[in-house]
Amino acid sequence: MSTPSNLTAADQAANAAALSYPSPLKEFWQSFSANRGALIALIFFAALVLAAILAGVLAPHSPTEQYREHLLTPPAWVQGGSLQFLLGTDELGRDILSRLMHGARLSLMIGVVSVVLSMLPGIVLGLLAAFYPTWLGNGIMRAMDIMLALPSLLLAVAVVAVLGPGLVNTMLAIAIVSLPSYVRLARASAMTELNKDYVVASQLAGAGKLRLMFNTVLPNCMAPLIVQGTLGFSSAILDAAALGFLGLGAQPPLPEWGTMLASARDYIDSAWWVVTMPGLTILFTVIALNLLGDGLRDALDPKLKKLA
Amino acid sequence: MLLDIRNLNVSFGSTAQPFQAVSGLDLAINRGEIVGIVGESGSGKSVTMLALMGLIDAPGRVTADALQFAGQDLLGMKAAQKRQIIGKDIAMIFQDALTSLNPAYTVGYQLMETLRLHTPLRGAALKQRALELLEQVEIPDAKSRLNAYPHQLSGGMSQRVMIAMAIACQPKLLIADEPTTALDVTVQAQIMELLVNLQKQNDMALILITHDLAVVAEVAQRVVVMYAGEVVETSSTELLFNTPRHPYTQALLASIPEHSKGAKRLSTLAGVVPGQYDRPSGCLLSPRCPYATDTCRTQRPPQLPLSGTSVRCFTPLNDSGIPSHE
Amino acid sequence: MLSFILRRIAVVIPTFLGVTLLAFALIHMIPGDPVLVMMGERQIDPEFYASALKRLGLDQPLYVQYWHYLLNLLHGDFGTSIVSNEPVIREFLTLFPATLELSLCAMIFACLLGLPAGMLAATRRGTIVDHVTMGSALTGYSMPIFWWGLILIMLFSVSLGWTPVSGRISLEYDIPPVTGFMLIDTLLSGEEGAFKSAAHHLILPAIVLGTIPMAVIARMTRSAMLEVLREDYIRTARAKGLSRGRIVIVHALRNALMPVVTVIGLQIGTLLAGAVLTETIFSWPGIGKWLIDSISRRDYPVVQGGILLIATMVISVNLLVDILYGVINPRIRHAR
Repeated sequence: MSTPSNLTAADQAANAAALSYPSPLKEFWQSFSANRGALIALIFFAALVLAAILAGVLAPHSPTEQYREHLLTPPAWVQGGSLQFLLGTDELGRDILSRLMHGARLSLMIGVVSVVLSMLPGIVLGLLAAFYPTWLGNGIMRAMDIMLALPSLLLAVAVVAVLGPGLVNTMLAIAIVSLPSYVRLARASAMTELNKDYVVASQLAGAGKLRLMFNTVLPNCMAPLIVQGTLGFSSAILDAAALGFLGLGAQPPLPEWGTMLASARDYIDSAWWVVTMPGLTILFTVIALNLLGDGLRDALDPKLKKLA
Repeated sequence: MLLDIRNLNVSFGSTAQPFQAVSGLDLAINRGEIVGIVGESGSGKSVTMLALMGLIDAPGRVTADALQFAGQDLLGMKAAQKRQIIGKDIAMIFQDALTSLNPAYTVGYQLMETLRLHTPLRGAALKQRALELLEQVEIPDAKSRLNAYPHQLSGGMSQRVMIAMAIACQPKLLIADEPTTALDVTVQAQIMELLVNLQKQNDMALILITHDLAVVAEVAQRVVVMYAGEVVETSSTELLFNTPRHPYTQALLASIPEHSKGAKRLSTLAGVVPGQYDRPSGCLLSPRCPYATDTCRTQRPPQLPLSGTSVRCFTPLNDSGIPSHE
Repeated sequence: MLSFILRRIAVVIPTFLGVTLLAFALIHMIPGDPVLVMMGERQIDPEFYASALKRLGLDQPLYVQYWHYLLNLLHGDFGTSIVSNEPVIREFLTLFPATLELSLCAMIFACLLGLPAGMLAATRRGTIVDHVTMGSALTGYSMPIFWWGLILIMLFSVSLGWTPVSGRISLEYDIPPVTGFMLIDTLLSGEEGAFKSAAHHLILPAIVLGTIPMAVIARMTRSAMLEVLREDYIRTARAKGLSRGRIVIVHALRNALMPVVTVIGLQIGTLLAGAVLTETIFSWPGIGKWLIDSISRRDYPVVQGGILLIATMVISVNLLVDILYGVINPRIRHAR
């Protein structure tokens, strides 16, 4: 029987904590920045975005200009290299560093466009499936199961086989193949939220279906979707590079990272840098995005952290 | 003396800001004795026993001046050597029997695993002994239960299996950590009866951790009362229930329905056991104690002997249940 | 157990029908006249055009075409290659063992390294061992494997000369296909050195293909182990006086394996997708390379049939995993 006058120390501490409760954004940042790997990844990714945006200014050369007298120049720190071409040149005498920087534009564009193109319809379909669980929901989920029966890269290959190779079709193909993961995730999170009291309360208050879907339920499902978006970004870059490597993605002379590797195979015994540089760029970018995704997940959803 | 623990300390968390789960605990158990350890949740009862079993993992830290079992020093012992005592001479059963059995193996496998580890029994003899044990803990149709998976058993049945596993090697000491809390009331009584019977048959010491004082009053010879990681009172069951010396013990007894007949409502102690960050600097009970003085709020009381018991209080209660200085 | 299996199979049938619809639609979604697109730069005479149209059944209404397509599938007719005039199913069955052999070896490699790595990281949680293992797993998980293959070829084949660059076996050997598995066929042929050559050819592609599954398995094993090690029954096992090794391997691993087996099963998709890339890099004559080659040859019946067959395989393997799950976990088996 505690009266207000004899509050225990624990109660007081709880009150004090409630008063100084940090804003959600600040709390998120505190939790995110405590993760060193994610922080480094964020810095790397920011640098990459900057390099992509400013490629026109920062890149020492044009990505397509061929320096005929400098074919296969090694990187600057290797004997025979020159400071003119920091990471060396390829078989046509193009500056690899400049191509990678311009390639970053393509990869980031592919990532952004395909994530947006799959996330938005994915969320809508997922919410529909959660709100109308009978025939519409079942229909949507069966369709997604069918898409999941094919490995994503194979489905992308099939889509490109139909639409024809190219940058735009690559983005479309990747958007199509990553659709099921967003639908499933949106549906699963929405289903959990639907059972909670605040949704019922909102329903009783007379909120319409649309309002319930997008104003009440969706904001509470965003955390896992954001994480999935980050991870989807990294797999989009990987898949686009793979398609480019297979000759089904962006076509030469576009400096897409995977496309750059497609022709590099012939130089594995003579010019290692032609092979190494684009691949390392892809690897680091994907690692950074995955670290970022892990960091976001830990910061946005403490429940998941315990499982990881 | 079978078990002798002196000045046991268990802490968790960083070394800079440790949380003392158990501090300065002394405990002695004789052969064949039943001792009850009581206290609220979070008072360090279970942690003490886990420390004794060597089940506290880093970053938890365990220190003690002495940790002697049957004349052997458990502190300085190598892990492999200790494992020959744990499970054989000291056995333990836990609160939630359903989750304490491995879901992937049959009852028989888990029972025989203990026997294979600590006894030379093999083959048919091993199986025979497992069967005997299940019968000893009064499991009906024991033979077919050997091949059952834990999820096919009820809670009471699982706890019987756990007990069979614990007594498999005829331990000298059995620790029962709230063995009946998770069970139905009718099953609780059966399990307690079984434990007491087995204790008599095997002449083993039994440490019964519980917050059910009624059970303690019924079966234990001695009682240890813990609060916030410290022992606050040790006494024979009779003395403790008749003349509690520590205000916390008194409050505990007052919260039993049978003890407060006539009162309009049950007496309770306001507040909760202090957590990691709100430990008072004086007596740990002082914020909740109705008799606390200024001394209590600034200094930690030591554990002192007092007419057959041992109490950690500056102003122990007299026979009429009021502080001695008043 | 039987009803459990039958129920699982029933769930899969609509998905399979959907996949046939997808494969059927594929050929009709090609913009323009499919026959003209398929012919590409090849000469077209009107007679051939008409016969191709008829052979592909494109002159009939769509639902009739789909019905015929389904009937053909039931008879094992997955179409005929325009290029080789061979039935798609025959080409598939000839090439599939090569992909299967490669995938199995990759999976063995992935499990042999991934499971112990995950267990090690879990039992040494927070130590440098854990950080290094999980760092490597993250790298493996993020790896563009087509590049990884090139790097390994550069290192081990070109620079060190340890392994061959491409193919399944040296040209000097002529091994009659019995099982289609080169490792087994070379042993059966009794030719000296043939097995060694086949193994040599297999090692790099298997590592490349197994890299991502290995990383996934290591991560999954670690998190599953960490979860299981917190369980009450692990405390019981320790209270019995069991050794650390026995607790981890007998009591924890068995329970941690359930999610890991699921993940291993789900890796079949990753493997087949990876096979497309790995086989292209190493000129490995499997279905991945076959599919890519068919796309560049505009051999659409092969693309259609190949995709359907691969999807069928993925569905079947997932089904198998589902059933295996019931075998490992007595709770699931008894619940049905």
